[in-house]
Amino acid sequence: MSVRSASDPHYQRPLTRLIDRTVGPLDFTGYQAENGYAVLRRVVRDLAPADVQGIVKASNLRGRGGAGFPTGVKWGLIPMGPDAGAKYLVCNADEMEPGTFKDRLLMEQAPHQLVEAMLIAAHAIQATAGYIFLRGEYVAAAQRLNDAVAAARAAGYIGANILGSPWSFELYVHTGAGRYICGEETALINSLEGRRATPRAKPPFPQIAGLWGRPTIVNNVETLSNLPHILGNGSDWFKDLAQGKSPDSGTKIYGCSGRVNAPGCWELPIGTTGREILEVHARGMQHGRTLKAWLPGGASTDFLLPEHLDLAMDYETIAKAGSRMGTGLTTVVADNQSMVSAVRNLEEFFARESCGWCTPCRDGLPWSVKILQALEAGRGQAEDLDVLTKLTRWLGPGKTFCPHAPGAMEPLQSALKYFRAEFEAGLARSGNTTTMAGTA
Amino acid sequence: MSQSVLKIIDPHAPEPFLLSDTERVEIQHEISHYPDPRAASIEALKVVQRHRGWVADGAIPAIAAELGIPAAELEGVATFYSLIFRHPVGRHVVKVCDSIACHLTGYDELRDALIASLGVRLGETTRDGRFTLLPICCLGACDRGPCLMIDDDLHGPLEPAHVAALLESYP
Repeated sequence: MSVRSASDPHYQRPLTRLIDRTVGPLDFTGYQAENGYAVLRRVVRDLAPADVQGIVKASNLRGRGGAGFPTGVKWGLIPMGPDAGAKYLVCNADEMEPGTFKDRLLMEQAPHQLVEAMLIAAHAIQATAGYIFLRGEYVAAAQRLNDAVAAARAAGYIGANILGSPWSFELYVHTGAGRYICGEETALINSLEGRRATPRAKPPFPQIAGLWGRPTIVNNVETLSNLPHILGNGSDWFKDLAQGKSPDSGTKIYGCSGRVNAPGCWELPIGTTGREILEVHARGMQHGRTLKAWLPGGASTDFLLPEHLDLAMDYETIAKAGSRMGTGLTTVVADNQSMVSAVRNLEEFFARESCGWCTPCRDGLPWSVKILQALEAGRGQAEDLDVLTKLTRWLGPGKTFCPHAPGAMEPLQSALKYFRAEFEAGLARSGNTTTMAGTA
Repeated sequence: MSQSVLKIIDPHAPEPFLLSDTERVEIQHEISHYPDPRAASIEALKVVQRHRGWVADGAIPAIAAELGIPAAELEGVATFYSLIFRHPVGRHVVKVCDSIACHLTGYDELRDALIASLGVRLGETTRDGRFTLLPICCLGACDRGPCLMIDDDLHGPLEPAHVAALLESYP
């Protein structure tokens, strides 16, 4: 297996190069000493917003929050020109996808990188104000980002006529108060406006009518943090960071949790295999256990099997295998752990976190939980597997107001596909007989 | 009508609630970040909660008046977000992660140890008002599962056997 190790001089880690958890984040002076904000100064002085958008589009940077939408294309929909009026840039820092812990690292350990990145993005779309929408539990990140914003403001990078240009921009940290649904970008916008975090109908897309009805771009922390490096080194450099022939660009912060020897997250070339992540970086399963199944990128991605470990972890390859790369932080299930129990846990999460706005999600998710709880306790009814299968369609894409319930169905449908026998084993004895009779 | 008369008409009417000057200053500071004061709703609720531990029913009209929005709409916001407490909580709030990574690394045993140590179920407060035990979704510390937060402190990975000693360090 070809592995690029951290000691390889050709292996670059632009996002995490300056991170050393033992000493904590660089302050403003330390970041400037490492050429921090140099790219911002050059961008504001030398590049027109359209040039910045062009470079980001050419870099093929795709959203690192889970959906993988090309960032340059997203930006390209925002109205430009002197009459565009108020426009907003929002950083989605509501990291709450179970199994995901990468944005926490970038915000706690590299806050100035994110602030510089937001200023570059804001310049590119000529935003008038920006908000970092941070989940309430990330207390240390809130403190460090507020400090970084204050220092950048004191240096003249935030405020009126930044670096002598006609462009003015304000940046604020906004902390939330729970609820996973806030990560959905239109729900996030409602929450930022001080409302219940129910999703909005699309279209209109936020790029046209978002925060307070104004054009708005919502980008993930990791997505944004790439910008100083893309603008500093060019789009070709960014493309070359990818592993081998991966169609994607850049690095990715991958991770691994569950019963592994060294759970963690690591910046690696995008397109690194699941096997390298599990066996090299997470140092394999604990206690000689073997892998039964894995979620490639969070609770709302389809389970994959050990046979998928050699696939490149990029958007297209994982999609072809029937799942999604999602956030790219893997969660592994060991051979002695129950899939029914794991899926029950996942659906309990989704049921509790449903905003309740649309009926299939509000009522369907608790229904799946009831069935899974019964199966886990060996009290399943004959028709339960049939109902679960139907639920994966009734709550699937297009049947609900937002992607919450369809995301919830991904681990369920894949677990039913790969581990049906485990679900059948949860049917009550009498029910089991009925099923046999019914299907014979 | 005076509050005392109101009490005779409705003995269950909430005590009159006044925001402190500090709370008002902090709420106004949050409002200054947005073109629409409503956007400070959640931050305003959190300001009151930071000072009083929770958000009583009577606080809602007072905060809503500060924001210039209907109290019923703020009530809708206050009941939506899981980290806004609408009942009194203990001096320390224990938030135990019950999402998939912690489920796979020992949540059940950790939860049982917490329940045994505290003598309360999830969602309840100890009789001495010291701890409230709440479940919470993924804390973004899956490399440290099973984990929990006590107030603003993250702890993990946690052995069930170490729970009692950890709780002891929060007087």
